[in-house]
Amino acid sequence: MSELRVSLTRGLAYALLTVAALFMVVPFVWMVSTSLKTDQFVLSMPPQFIPDPATLESYARLAELFPIGRMVFNSLLAAVVTTLGQIVTCAMAAYAFSRMKFRGSNALFLLYLATLMVPQQVTITPLFILVRYLGWINSYAGLIAPGIFSAFGTFLLRQFFLSLPRELEEAAFLDGASHWTVFTRVIVPLARPAFATLAVFAFMGSWNAFLWPLFVVRDPELMTLPVGLATLHGRYLTEWNLVMAGSVIAVVPMLIVYLFAQRYFVQGVVLSGIKG
Amino acid sequence: MVGERGWRKTGWVLLFLLPSLSGLAVFSLTPIVASLGLTLFDWDLLTPPRFIGLDNFSELFTSDDFWAALGHTLYFIIGYIPLVLVLALGLALILNQKLRGLMLYRAAFYLPVVSAWVAVALLWKWIFNPKFGLVNYLLGLLGIVGPGWLFDPNWAMPAIILTSVWKDIGFVMVMFLAGLQGIPADYYEAAAIDGADRWQSFWSITRPLLAPTTFFALIISLINSFQVFDQVWIMSGGGPAGATTVLVEQIVKNAFSYSRMGYASALSWVLFLLVFAATAVQMRLQQTWVSYE
Repeated sequence: MSELRVSLTRGLAYALLTVAALFMVVPFVWMVSTSLKTDQFVLSMPPQFIPDPATLESYARLAELFPIGRMVFNSLLAAVVTTLGQIVTCAMAAYAFSRMKFRGSNALFLLYLATLMVPQQVTITPLFILVRYLGWINSYAGLIAPGIFSAFGTFLLRQFFLSLPRELEEAAFLDGASHWTVFTRVIVPLARPAFATLAVFAFMGSWNAFLWPLFVVRDPELMTLPVGLATLHGRYLTEWNLVMAGSVIAVVPMLIVYLFAQRYFVQGVVLSGIKG
Repeated sequence: MVGERGWRKTGWVLLFLLPSLSGLAVFSLTPIVASLGLTLFDWDLLTPPRFIGLDNFSELFTSDDFWAALGHTLYFIIGYIPLVLVLALGLALILNQKLRGLMLYRAAFYLPVVSAWVAVALLWKWIFNPKFGLVNYLLGLLGIVGPGWLFDPNWAMPAIILTSVWKDIGFVMVMFLAGLQGIPADYYEAAAIDGADRWQSFWSITRPLLAPTTFFALIISLINSFQVFDQVWIMSGGGPAGATTVLVEQIVKNAFSYSRMGYASALSWVLFLLVFAATAVQMRLQQTWVSYE
């Protein structure tokens, strides 16, 4: 009797989960399906779930009408440079905060934490003025430079560095190693999982960013995918196959990164929970 | 010797801190301070800035646009927070029962989280299309004539709320899941031996032990939802007839479209203080319902 109850609740759990999962996945299927339709079937009622005929026409047209390849390149460039930049600058600062004793280190670290509390919208207006003053509007420098420094990344890596045992570096210091040697030879190799976690978040943040790129680039040749998509939608308002093709291109690379690095995404959510 | 060592140590500290510190000083600290100063000026970037004291704030507090934006932001928060927390907790509780395929389900719920907001907003704008969208088609199958959604002032915000819940549910769920996995299994076993049923063990074990996680999820969601923007900008642009205009969208419009740098900064500081106040109130309230150990 009780076994029957257990399997009944299990069955119910699976049923609920499956319904919920479908609710998450079906819209993506619809996105892909719409992108594969010809103009005449996009607005058909009842809607076609499996496009017939299925065609890559929208993607070809998108490439013709829009510098979509260039936008993919821009997004990729921004994401890669942001990720590498954050790992280097955050790791170095995290080393100082976790491994060096210096006057004012606590106050400085508190200042880092304080900047985390301020929403991006507060800094965006002066940042825009600053970048404009530097002549960086419509440039990769303006698009990318402000994103390679991160107080959050520094915090994340510092927490991880603090958990590493000190014996290893003490031995290295006794052998006459410098801080730089200890950093590059001892700490960095041990911190790979933390770097991976920071990397997926930095990459995702940059790849999906909208507000800052919207402010700083107006030239389609320099736009990242999200800003390009918004522009595309503004211009071809009702051509949903075209807009969905663009959305697929914006979403798929991130989904691939996610599938390969799933555990680091989960870890990041848990790690950032330390903040609470 | 000690002096030299002290000097060299300072050198090393500087070397390690310099890249991060200089970058944050230029791109984060200076803008934060500058934006506070900017609130006191009238500046369109073309003519020299003009000092106007607190005029930006007095204009703001008498502006209908501001109060409308604040009201809609609160509407968003009140609709979004309970839905996303309750649904995410429900999913996490189900997923936590040592079911098979956890990875697969978790992956499915996380897909929207890693997708760009712009793409998600466009997708749901299409799904909510009154004439050719999936939602109204499905409602039609049930014999219901669906509303105009993003074209209807009464339904635009609900559509944006539903889209946001869909996007973020996986994120909140993963937080809850981590919290649930931190509760020792023997507590439940002991309760089962004492004859507690599911509801009793949820109420007396899960609820109190999960409270810190719930609090954290609430704070994060609250901070994020005050800053709602991407989806509004793409799905409705603040319309129809201003029905979904929100605070960040007002900041962007004033800074970006009207070149009102001082006024936009004043708006952003009001937003910051609201977020800060809401967080502080929650921190105070948590003492009544969250206990750590």
